[in-house]
Amino acid sequence: MPMTITEKILAEHAGITGVSPGENIWVDTDILMTHDVCGPPTIGIFKQQFGEKASVFDPEKVVIIPDHYIFTNDKHANRNIDILRDFVKEHNLPNYYDVGTERYKGVCHIALAEEGWTRPGNVLFGTDSHTCTAGAFGQFATGIGNTDAAFILGTGKLWVKVPETMQFIIDGEIPPYVMAKDIILQIIGDIGVDGASYRTMEFAGSGVEAMSMEERMTLCNMVIEAGGKNGIIAADATTEEYVKARTDAPYKIFRNDADAKFHTTNYYKAEDLLPMVAQPHSPDNKASVRDVQSEKVTRAYIGSCTGGKFSDFVAAAEILKDQQVAVETFIVPATTEIDKLLRTTQINGHSLMQIFENAGAQIGKPSCAACLGGPADTFGRTHKDEICISTTNRNFPGRMGSKSSQVYLASPYTVAASALTGKITDPQEFLN
Amino acid sequence: MQNKILGRVYVLGEDIDTDQIIPAAHLVYSLEDPDERKKYGEYALSGVPAALAGLPNGNMPFIEKGKSHSEFSIIIAAKNFGCGSSREHAPAALEIAGVKAVITPSYARIFYRNAVDGGFLIPAESEKSLVDYFKTGDQAELDFINKNVTNTRTGESFSVKELGQVSQIIEAGGIFEYARISGMLQENTHA
Repeated sequence: MPMTITEKILAEHAGITGVSPGENIWVDTDILMTHDVCGPPTIGIFKQQFGEKASVFDPEKVVIIPDHYIFTNDKHANRNIDILRDFVKEHNLPNYYDVGTERYKGVCHIALAEEGWTRPGNVLFGTDSHTCTAGAFGQFATGIGNTDAAFILGTGKLWVKVPETMQFIIDGEIPPYVMAKDIILQIIGDIGVDGASYRTMEFAGSGVEAMSMEERMTLCNMVIEAGGKNGIIAADATTEEYVKARTDAPYKIFRNDADAKFHTTNYYKAEDLLPMVAQPHSPDNKASVRDVQSEKVTRAYIGSCTGGKFSDFVAAAEILKDQQVAVETFIVPATTEIDKLLRTTQINGHSLMQIFENAGAQIGKPSCAACLGGPADTFGRTHKDEICISTTNRNFPGRMGSKSSQVYLASPYTVAASALTGKITDPQEFLN
Repeated sequence: MQNKILGRVYVLGEDIDTDQIIPAAHLVYSLEDPDERKKYGEYALSGVPAALAGLPNGNMPFIEKGKSHSEFSIIIAAKNFGCGSSREHAPAALEIAGVKAVITPSYARIFYRNAVDGGFLIPAESEKSLVDYFKTGDQAELDFINKNVTNTRTGESFSVKELGQVSQIIEAGGIFEYARISGMLQENTHA
């Protein structure tokens, strides 16, 4: 039976030779990831269902990365970190990245990759919708709820409906002012916020093959914004180089069979792609920057699993160096590793951090921060009628905190350029 | 599972995401502690912009201020209900507020799964959007035997789809109950 990459991974983890879209199968979990928001209720359900003394299915396969509400005085949020800590101690779990220690990482999806937990051919479940980010490594990765996570914690298994695969082929050379964020905003705008519901979004073509792992992660990160179950990109030499530098764990590379069946195949010519935004209040409300330039913004935000990776800040720094921001600008590195790199990497004798500080930006600590609003004292959170242009992933009403604020989603280039002018600005004005 | 659900209807538009169902700032509360848990009812659907809260007129709060239980037990919404995050707090908040069923032409995948696997509420799928056929405050009767929903004010009935492959999990009351019935988990795993 000819199969796609996703179908092959699921079949192997179900212990069967072939699967077809629509089939419900039970699969084995390679890694289960949870964080401070969904970990505590997952632990609660696990104890209630399996008993106070039950053991987890495999302590080595459970990865806990607190990242959402870390730098807050909210007593309930802080209590939730204690619940994680107690559970980790009780079960002697080795893969816990505790707050306030050297091990603390920050945003789970980027931390997973940096720490070598993203491996081709694996099945990764996480209690966060952006778990799909890891599909960039040629693995099946998807977001689940607390009950499903508790079920896995006790059994190592979960039922999955095999998704159909939609292919997105990006061929040609991507223009230097276009980032993966622009491409995924274009695609979501084309198919809609439910355009890939229950399906896999697979990205391929010479444009994708030329991308760094971080850019591939941006593509897969936002498939959930089109309703996708998972994103996937075939692993190649770029993937192997990244993975081998971070783990000795085995992995397996799957490829589509020549006659594998796809739901649809959509072609994009890389040369035609443009800087894009998603206008308020939906990730599919697309416009090219050219068509909405000069729309006013009052805030710029660069951070999150979508747009807070090292290369996102390198892009922003190219534009912000030797300039002054015109609106309040927030910089939040996704992880502590990225934070360190921003302090040690220099452009013309200044670290990226110095470039941001000299431009007048405010720097936050590694975490999810204002991407999803959060407690009132969250860094960069909106509180009134701000108009924010952001490298994050969602702009539904109230996403960044205040229901009366508005959010434009854009690439780090476009956000940085807009921060300098106070209006939506094409990065080409500042690049070269 | 009941064969029929009778209740007052709360009408919403399309793409109601999980941040509108339960804004992220409130996800700090415990879902187990009996008092803290009520907060999820209190803040259920508090992220919906006022003008779109309770269609067609809007400005109709889902929950009265200070309460944690809503007078509305059936939600009728346009497409892609529950899009956005994977937070299971979303279907849980609706259940805590007293919602028994949602009726929409389509769900976001994770919300649907969470509603089913956690046994929080019945995610019914209508053949078409029913937003134009119900007003917030109408009474609806959702009938799983005849596979339809009736607006008792107008007398009009509309078909709803079979629950399909997941009906066994819904009928069992969630994934744990289903796994015990089907022998995948031993009965005595229950604490």
